Amino acid sequence: MTTNAPTRHPLPARRAGFARKGSAFLATHPRARLAFLLTAPLFWLVVVYVVALALLLVTAFWSVDSFTGEITTEWTMDNIITVLTGSLYQTVTLRTLGVALAVTIVDVLLALPIAFYMAKVASPRMQRILVILVLTPLWASYLVKAYAWRSVLSQDGILEWLVSPFGGHTPGYGLPATIITLSYLWLPYVILPIYAGLERVPDSLLEASGDLGGRAWPTIRLVVFPLVLPAIIAGTIFSFSLSLGDYITVNIVGGASQMLGNLVYTNVGAANNLPLASAIALIPIVIIFGYLFLVRRTGALDNL
Amino acid sequence: MRLSRLSRATLGIVTAVILVAVYVPLVVVLVNSFSTSTSLTWPPPGFTFEWWVRAFQSAGAIEAVTTSVQVAIIATVISLVLGTLISLALQRFDFFGRDAISLLVILPIALPGIITGIALNNFFRTIMGVPLSIWTVVIAHATFCIVTVFNNVIARLRRQGTNLEEASADLGAGVWTTFRLVTFPQLRSALLAGGLLAFALSFDEIIVTTFTAGSGVTTLPIFILNNMFRPNQAPIVSVIAVVLVLVSIIPIYIAQRLSGSEQQHR
Repeated sequence: MTTNAPTRHPLPARRAGFARKGSAFLATHPRARLAFLLTAPLFWLVVVYVVALALLLVTAFWSVDSFTGEITTEWTMDNIITVLTGSLYQTVTLRTLGVALAVTIVDVLLALPIAFYMAKVASPRMQRILVILVLTPLWASYLVKAYAWRSVLSQDGILEWLVSPFGGHTPGYGLPATIITLSYLWLPYVILPIYAGLERVPDSLLEASGDLGGRAWPTIRLVVFPLVLPAIIAGTIFSFSLSLGDYITVNIVGGASQMLGNLVYTNVGAANNLPLASAIALIPIVIIFGYLFLVRRTGALDNL
Repeated sequence: MRLSRLSRATLGIVTAVILVAVYVPLVVVLVNSFSTSTSLTWPPPGFTFEWWVRAFQSAGAIEAVTTSVQVAIIATVISLVLGTLISLALQRFDFFGRDAISLLVILPIALPGIITGIALNNFFRTIMGVPLSIWTVVIAHATFCIVTVFNNVIARLRRQGTNLEEASADLGAGVWTTFRLVTFPQLRSALLAGGLLAFALSFDEIIVTTFTAGSGVTTLPIFILNNMFRPNQAPIVSVIAVVLVLVSIIPIYIAQRLSGSEQQHR
């Protein structure tokens, strides 16, 4: 830390300029300081994001003129009713939820042992190497990784080549391939918060548990798990939410399967029906807000 | 708790197996970039350097990289400024609505990309009547990049406390001087780490980009998506992927050096 910074840089001479006055005002008025800090980012987030989200909600209650293709701003419940009652939307919603849950479970099961090994077993040097190994795939393009799985899982791909001598077969393209690929894509996002959470568990607690006769498994269950639960939930927010909205992976490895994202995409693009697309997009929004609301009290949001 | 030798070994093996599985698809891409097969057959029927030569001559690929770098740099700069301001506000002050704001920062990445994408598409086109361009992509990217800077900076602020800033104020330094000479130097490596992440996030983003990019704007992910299913272009996509992974080792190395040197100081 550069605690000697002030001695190396002599303080500038006092000027009675604007900056000096502003500084004096801010120093004595904490509220003004807060307003100075908050104005720009809040303006950006509210105008660009909150307003856009709110208008998305509003657009769901509008409709498209079937002759001109223009959006008419008359209030109608048609889109909401279509989305709630249409069997297509119900099936696809359940399928998307199922995929997102499966991906989340697979990722947590894979992330727990690897994060635990990184945080509590590996030597500091090994730890650093493992962090790099976990982080590096994040920098490879999302699309290329999905495409890599397309070639791994294809009928004459490496997986078929590896398992066919043992009588196995590649799952081919479909929902299992989608679950595998999405789990692969989001795994680092789940490992990192859990690893960070485990790092924060002091080793002294584990030693205390050991000294009091706690064996490995009860210690993990009664000491480690409750402490890292918020971090685990933080990880699941990523895998769950990212899977709920995905439509590109399912295009690449999902065969003919559709997820909610595909329905939204088709209605924005080819069908040019933004109001219906907005209504469909409300489904994942409601689901995710429900999930965030459920986990709010666990402190998971501070671990993101 | 004392882990037995057996459970340590088991954990080690599980970790190794998962990491191998993580790298196999990337190795497959590397091998495919030299394969004579354009349909990604395994094992490769033959080896060639043709795709590597063609990738470095592909005007489309080079232009896409340039566009992506421009978008990512501007988005990163915006998110560095906004992310630092908001983390200073949330860490140094306690006020009504603080939790709501911290949720608001996280929301753009907590909600699926398609929601952010369609919300901004609807906002720009239907509501504002602004045509989509490279700037709509920048605005969209900056919005979800704020959180990476925010996370890094607020963690640093939480750890360093306010003692040095108070000392600086007691010694007569004004608000700006304190920020310039005390707060900022302490934040520098957190800003670099957050900025790198923001850059990477923007560089690789495809879903929000698809919804906010104007017709002439081709970022690298859009280029990859457009060329992935074209038989003669697919191996070039593999080459780009390999190059990206190799280039990405540099920022990861920098980030690691930074956090490593900090741990030694403490």
